[in-house]
Parts: sequence; structure tokens; C-alpha cells
Amino acid sequence: MALGKAFDEMNGPGDLPAGGPVRDAYDTLKAWLDNTPPEHFNTRRSQAEMLFRRIGITFAVYGSSDSTERLIPFDIIPRVLTKPEWDFLERGLKQRVTALNMFLNDIYGAEECIKAGVIPADLVYRNQHYQMEMRAFRVPHDLYVHIAGIDIVRTGENDFFVLEDNARTPSGVSYMLENREVMMRLFPELFSRHRVAPVENYPDALLATLRSLAPQSATRDPTVVLLTPGRYNSAFYEHSFLADKLGVELVEAGDLFTKDDVVYMRTTEGPRRVDVIYRRLDDAFLDPLVFRPDSVLGVPGLMNAYERGNVTLSNAVGTGISDDKAVYSYMPEIVKFFTGEEPILHNVPTYRCREKEAFSYVMDNLKDLVVKEVNGSGGYGMLVGPHATRREIEEFGKRLRHAPDGFIAQPTLSLSTCPTFVASGVAPRHVDLRPFVLAGADEIRIVPGGLTRVALKEGSLVVNSSQGGGTKDTWVLDA
Amino acid sequence: MRIRVVHDTIYTYEQPARGLIQVLRLTPRDHDGQHVRQWRIEPSADGRLTVREDGFGNIVHWFTADEAADALTVRVTGEVETFDTAGIVRGAVERLPEPFYLRETPLTEPSPEIQAFAHEATSGAGERLAVLHKLLAAIPERVTFEPGPTSASTTASASFEAGKGVCQDMSHIFIAAARHLEIPTRYVSGYFRRGDGVDEQHAGHAWAEALVPGLGWVGFDAANGISTTEAHIRVAIGLDYLGAAPIRGSRLGGGREGLEVHLRVDEATQAQSQGRGQQSQSQG
Repeated sequence: MALGKAFDEMNGPGDLPAGGPVRDAYDTLKAWLDNTPPEHFNTRRSQAEMLFRRIGITFAVYGSSDSTERLIPFDIIPRVLTKPEWDFLERGLKQRVTALNMFLNDIYGAEECIKAGVIPADLVYRNQHYQMEMRAFRVPHDLYVHIAGIDIVRTGENDFFVLEDNARTPSGVSYMLENREVMMRLFPELFSRHRVAPVENYPDALLATLRSLAPQSATRDPTVVLLTPGRYNSAFYEHSFLADKLGVELVEAGDLFTKDDVVYMRTTEGPRRVDVIYRRLDDAFLDPLVFRPDSVLGVPGLMNAYERGNVTLSNAVGTGISDDKAVYSYMPEIVKFFTGEEPILHNVPTYRCREKEAFSYVMDNLKDLVVKEVNGSGGYGMLVGPHATRREIEEFGKRLRHAPDGFIAQPTLSLSTCPTFVASGVAPRHVDLRPFVLAGADEIRIVPGGLTRVALKEGSLVVNSSQGGGTKDTWVLDA
Repeated sequence: MRIRVVHDTIYTYEQPARGLIQVLRLTPRDHDGQHVRQWRIEPSADGRLTVREDGFGNIVHWFTADEAADALTVRVTGEVETFDTAGIVRGAVERLPEPFYLRETPLTEPSPEIQAFAHEATSGAGERLAVLHKLLAAIPERVTFEPGPTSASTTASASFEAGKGVCQDMSHIFIAAARHLEIPTRYVSGYFRRGDGVDEQHAGHAWAEALVPGLGWVGFDAANGISTTEAHIRVAIGLDYLGAAPIRGSRLGGGREGLEVHLRVDEATQAQSQGRGQQSQSQG
């Protein structure tokens, strides 16, 4: 691998001698790791696994035949962020989500950013996730993205980059909550030695956000529901988990119906009006009368109720376009255009294969680049050049040549590493961070931390759970 | 030409269907080539009929039935004065930017065969108008008009491979090929006054519109191999059939659904009579 030594969350830049001092935030953890007998860790690790099994937190892996549901591996060594680091990230995330909302409002409204040439028109209008239905009306409070799971990677002490914006239907927050709960049960002594910012208030923050977005027609006590595609969805566990934590009904399409442009939920006491739908269902399936006619997961008439302002959908319809990786590549310009500020969080430099010059550069340098489908997610269908065989590179090159518009490429970043338990003991493994940003009508809320994902294979840079990644608890130290 | 339309779409259900919602794109708007003199939509059941405009600028009626029904007829009657504009559509409601009409959809995804066809059929054509006319002329050579084997959900690629289809399929193939050549193109649903004296039809008609620099949107009727004329009534547009579909509906229960279409398109000066016909849900 051509990459230099990665920045380590505990040990720093990595040119320090082994056994030397660690970064301040990890002092106590390091001592704990060094002074705890290995058997103790082994016991705790099997207890952790047992707890997760009992909780039933599993996920489905598409395209793997052996087991439909698996446990995501959990690593007991937390990833730690200092208060100043978090403050910086928080400012950057707020700016980013503010800009995303202004951008989405604009492309479905005044289209100033297109007229000004900030982003090419065809990239917006030809995008499958650009929903022209949204041009006809304004969404409640002009907010499209209410819940974002923005992926951040780190390459150095002060070098953080946004890798993906995930504004469609981000998942993973249940792991953030469960990881913390399990850590607190297994290692209460660690929490007494650190001032770790709490994350348990996430469901309250989410509910407050959703309620703030209720349409004007709603009462002061709006009815919120969580709409799931059902138990066969890979994130069904999270849907039921969140509905439970929020104290709202978990509904499937059959539980809802529309009448006179109002959405109702069937209950044992008769129909009940629904004001806010936290939907974990893609646009295409929401309403068979407007989108895919074969969708049995959606509610006929839902879009009409939405357009009449009688219900709020979270996230709004049409946010998916901001997950497009070619659109992502324009985010620095988008942030500047709409906020008038320099972006606090940087993008990973991105080559748009739709552009001739970039395309030839990418074709010539496949072995050094990460190439992704603009509409891809979950780590499926991507090429990590430095880890690919010559054959894989050739095959990928063919796909790329066939449809350059469908791909972007990025330099292979040396993601920061974090000490992680592996078969041979404790070793550095690459991590990323997905904080969850909640944009309500009243304020933007971000629970400190997020979900740290870790690539468990040595040297691997792909942290996605569908590709064998695990997770860690993420600590933001209050002092 | 003054064209008169009487269009009944008759649904019957095995058991009473509840929660009937129908989305109707059955109302034409004026443009330079057509003036709507009168137009009515009448569902047979009691319910609420509301009207709005969709993202394309189509007039859409939403019909919600009050009670369960074992049959529903949607009757459309109207009269439109048309003018020959050599296929050029000016003065129509335009709500979407042109690049939007370059977007592929599942129904209009160009298979490698359609891509090859698009290039072969139009090689050496030069200007865009000539390209489009070559494409128009080439489609009947590859696809035979034949009702039956295709349905409303048949893709352009499937119909092209089968070499058979109805006006909907031929329009989808035209659209897929033209968009592959980077020409903004859209689907049009409407009515066609036949020139052979046959007034009773089995289904509405469909064609495509493509953007030509200097002219604007121009209608191409692949099933008839012509540009649109004063015999065409333009009703709704979309990226493909789904966006312009005359009727999309949903219901709860009801069992099997029967569908029958009676459509009569004639000149207003002629005597009116009621005809019968069967419709596969696709467009002619």
C-alpha cells in the first residue's frame, strides 16, 4: 500500500516511539488498557456480544446468502474526541446542514444556484432523485433535511473531511445509543474516570425536532409516527428501536390511509390524524399514485396530503439528490454561495468522471484512487484501487468507460486509526465518524459524538457494516 | 379541425372496492395548435373531485370515492379546435427546464440494442430535425404495431427486442433513442382523430415531443410515422407513460378488476354515436 502511516487517534501522528506518551484525551484509557489483565477484556468482550444478541441488534446484508441477519461487531475500546475537536466539528456540521437546506430549497424553488452556475443544471435536473413534484409547493419551514448522518473522516490532528452527506435516510443511530448503553454496563469504572458527554438524549432531541416541523394545521400536540418498509428491511431493528425510544407508533403502509388530503392512522379507537411522518422509506416507494405504481410499501394519496401542507415528511421528498456523489463534489461552492462563509469542514478532493480531463486522469490512476458510483451507498460497487487486484481494476475500468457519468473518484485517504481488539491483541484499525444532525424549525441539535465505524480487517479502509466493518462507542470529553 | 371526444373508462370490481382514489390526467390545455372549447370529467360514483397542476404543468383531477363501489366509470367528453402547426408545439405550459427531459426512466432506459439503433438510424443526418425524422422513420421498420403482447409496464427495451408494440411502446423507443442522442424528449398522451373514417377506438393515443433548436418542442408520432398534425389532441406530458398516464388509481379490496374502454374520436360536424371497445391498460 502506497499510503503513509495513518494518524492514530490514541498515539497521534505515528512517528513517536512505541510506548511513548499518547494524546492527552487517551491518557486514562491507555493506562486502563495497559493495566487491565487480558482475561478481563476477553470476558467483557463476550459479555458485550451476549448483550447485543439479547438486545437483538442485527442487520441484514444484501447479497450474502449464508446468513440474512448478523451482529455488527462491537469493539470495546472507545474512540475519543476532545471538546475543542467536537466544537469545531459541530460548527462545521451546522454550517453544512444549513447550506444543504438552502440548496435544496433553491433547486426546487428559485434555482439561483443553477442560474449563477454554482452547479451544472443537468447534474440537478437529470438526477433520478430530483423530484419535480417538489417544485409546486414549499415544504414546512423551508427545511428539507431534518436528519442527516454526515460521514466524517480524519487524516491528521486537525484534518477532518466530509466523506458523504447522507441526507436521504441515514441509519446507524441505534448503534450509537446501544454502544453507549453496553459500554456503561460493562465498564462503569471508565465512565467515573472520564466526563463523557451523554448521548442518551438523542431520542428526545429527535422527537423535539420532528414536532417542531409539524404543519400549521397540527394541534399543539402533534402526532408523530415512524413509517417503516417492514421487517424485511435491513434497518427494521433500528426502526422499531427508535419508535420505542421516541414513544411513537411504528407504522407500515397498511396502517395509514388518506382522506380529503389528510393522513390518518388506523387505531383501535378509530382513525387518528397524523401530522409528522418520520419515514424510513425511499421517495420512490412513498405513494404509488405518484411514484412507483408497484410499490406496496407506500400510502396512496400521501403526496397530495403533503403538497396541501397537511402532513410533514421527514426527511422531505427530494433530499436524496444531495447524497449524489457528483452533487457532493460541489458542496464547497454550495456552502460559500448560500452561507457567504468559507466551509468549515472540507470535502475530500473529488474527480468527476463526467468531466473529460478528470476522467482520463482517473483511468490512468485507478490503482491509486477510490472510485464510487455517484448513486451508490453502503460501500457496494466501489473500487479501492490500492487494495484491488489488477483484474478487479481492469473490470472496474470497463464499467467506468461505459458510463463515466455514473462515477466519481477520490484519492485514497489514509483514514485515522484507533486501537481495536483483534485476534492478535490490540492493533490500529481505520475509523470514520457519523454524527447525526437534527435540523428542526427551532434549532439544529447534534448529540455529541455519533457512530464510529471501524474497518476490522488490517489495512482495510472500508468501514461499512455490509463490508465487514464494526462499531465503537464515541466519546466527546466534556473537559 | 373541430374534434369531439367521448371517452368512457369503466372499472368493475368483483367485490365493492373501498378507498378508491383515481388520479386523472385527462384534461387538455390550450396551446397554439389547440383550443379547448369544452371539456368535462364525470366519475359515476359520488365522491370528491379536486383539481391541481402537477410538476409538468398537466391538469390533474384527484377523485376520491365517498363509499365502496363495485363499478366506476370515468366519462370524459369534450371538444377541441385544432390547427396544423407542422408538429410544432408553442404556447404550451412549460414548467420544467429542458435538461430534465434528458433523464432516463426505467421505462425508457436505452438497451445497448436501442443505443446502436439510435446511432445507425440517424447516421449522417446532420441537423437535429433531420435526426429526429430519421429516427421516426426507422422505428416502424424495427417494431410492428401489434396490440396484445405489451402492457402499460412494458419497457422500451423489451418492446424493441420483441419487435412489437403499440403507440406507447413505440413512443418509449423513440424517447429512449432520442435521449440517448442527448436530445430532450418527452412522452405525450392524447387523442388522435383517425383519417380512415374509423371513429371507435380501443385506447387513447401516445406520441413523443422532442426539442429542436429554433423550433422548440416538436411532436413525433412514431406509431403513425408522422409529425403531429391537427388530428392530434395533446392532453398530458411526462418523462414516460407513468408521468402522463390518463388514469392511475388505488383501492382497497375489490378482488379482480375489469377494465373496459369506450372511446370515440370524431369531427364535431358528424353525428354522434356510442361505440364499444376493449382496452389493455396501455395506450394505443
